[in-house]
Amino acid sequence: MLLPALLFFLINSYFPMVGVYYAFTQFDFNSGLFDAPFVGFKNFEFLWKSGTLVKLTLNTIGYNLAFILLGNVLAIVCAILLSELRVKWFKKLTQSIMFLPYFVSFVILSVIVYNVFNYDSGFLNTLLARFGAGPVDVYNKPLVWIFLIILFYLWKNLGYSMVIYLAAITGISDEYYEAAKIDGAHIFQRIWYITVPMLKSTFVVLLLFSLGSIMKGQFDLFYQLIGNNGVLYNTTDILDTYVFRSLKVTFDIGMATAAGLYQSLFGFILIMTVNYIIRKINDDYALF
Amino acid sequence: MHIKDDHYTRLLQGLAYAVIIIGSLACLIPFLLIISASLTANESIIKDGYHLIPAQFSVEGYKTVFTFPDEVLRAYGVTLFTTVTGTLTGLFFMTMAGYVLARKDFKYRNTFSFYIYFTTLFGGGLVPWYIMITKYLHLTDSYGALIFPGLMTPFLIILMKNFIRSAVPEELFESAKIDGAGDFRIYWRIVLQLSMPGIATVGLFLALAYWNDWFSSSLFINDPHKYQLQFHLYNVINSAAFIANMGAGTGVSLGSDLPTESTKMAMAIVVTGPILFLYPFIQRYFVKGLTIGAVKG
Repeated sequence: MLLPALLFFLINSYFPMVGVYYAFTQFDFNSGLFDAPFVGFKNFEFLWKSGTLVKLTLNTIGYNLAFILLGNVLAIVCAILLSELRVKWFKKLTQSIMFLPYFVSFVILSVIVYNVFNYDSGFLNTLLARFGAGPVDVYNKPLVWIFLIILFYLWKNLGYSMVIYLAAITGISDEYYEAAKIDGAHIFQRIWYITVPMLKSTFVVLLLFSLGSIMKGQFDLFYQLIGNNGVLYNTTDILDTYVFRSLKVTFDIGMATAAGLYQSLFGFILIMTVNYIIRKINDDYALF
Repeated sequence: MHIKDDHYTRLLQGLAYAVIIIGSLACLIPFLLIISASLTANESIIKDGYHLIPAQFSVEGYKTVFTFPDEVLRAYGVTLFTTVTGTLTGLFFMTMAGYVLARKDFKYRNTFSFYIYFTTLFGGGLVPWYIMITKYLHLTDSYGALIFPGLMTPFLIILMKNFIRSAVPEELFESAKIDGAGDFRIYWRIVLQLSMPGIATVGLFLALAYWNDWFSSSLFINDPHKYQLQFHLYNVINSAAFIANMGAGTGVSLGSDLPTESTKMAMAIVVTGPILFLYPFIQRYFVKGLTIGAVKG
């Protein structure tokens, strides 16, 4: 009964691992795996020398760190505030609304971005015009997109992580709060000394899960917002989008495989190191 | 009896309402923008741009979408078919796998758990996987390419395993075995019945992923008749957005054969429709499923 799952991962994950051999060849789509001429580390060398690899790595890790840190902090703050609301229906309604963006596709997200930021008729420029300001061509401002991407990531995922933290908060026993109340702790002290420490284990688990995929970007998010808009690559290109473009647009198969292999290996080593360090500090939190 | 709040509590309450209201509005307004734009007359959009409230109400956007409904309906059909088939097949396989891995008397369960988990740590990357699907499985332009890659994920299998372990007591396996039930029978008659909330959660995750998928189409499908709904929308939006952005500032007017602004937004609403409609019903299950997962840690 386990067989379908085993076969699935064999085909979908383990066989492609053999394919990393393409990274060392001058690939031609019509030839077989081992017919392609072997070129050693040439593909990697090119990626390295052109500076692409460094830029992509920095972008990928930078964005992910921002996502993880800002995402968790914001989710914790919102979850705590939401849990303090007393009007039941309002609490339920707002929680549902904030969870809603998680359900729509990234394509819809790109429609929203288009609606707000497009030059001719976007909501932003309409609004600016009303206040007498000139229109802004957001699609030509690479730096702005760093904030936009982070903003839309938060927008889409806040509700999801908020629910997880909310569940953890609900799980905290009331007795702690009662005791603190009797001792005269005001509500900010109760939150800071009881709720926040109690959320630590949830935070660590979520943190570890997201660290595991730090080399994998949110491909959908980046690709739907940026697409093939070359003006913005410098600040918004991550490993995933680069590999995808190399495969579908520029057909650099060998190069794309090399970048993909680098991504997997680097990520793998990163996870192993982080896991090792965590196991040294506190065994309970280690992933494996 | 109500004890009067101290001023710290009142401060926090005020803060909580303010932040949550702002947060909710930020989550809601983008949807309102699209809905409003889909209900605005096209000339009005071109002249004045998008507004939160339609400047000039009109349903022509929707009319255009449904004048030639073939493409949209076909894309709907493709997405509906892949979502239903993929979700059911995936659920069947994943519950079976979860059941086997949850059985404590299965000797190699740790080995196989690691075999599945390892795929999240290391992989060949996009390109070898792409070549596997197109060159060795020959799935280009087939529904298989839309369904197969998303069937299972390690995360959902592990979720399923944890759920079965907590929902089905160990002794039940024993007693069913003594009564002469085979492994598959135990799975079908006992495990599936007892883990319905878990199945619902995993099923919803899977269905949502299939419904929102555009990536498979963009990689594997060349035949426009087999485009998924999201990819169809993506094409409609981008063919126009690209030209609009290129034309920005240069004063080039848009061609008349491009989909109009209001039509694009109407299309977006039509594509999102089912989710917005079902959302109030399915949201509960997600919250429940996530809660179970979170408390477990």
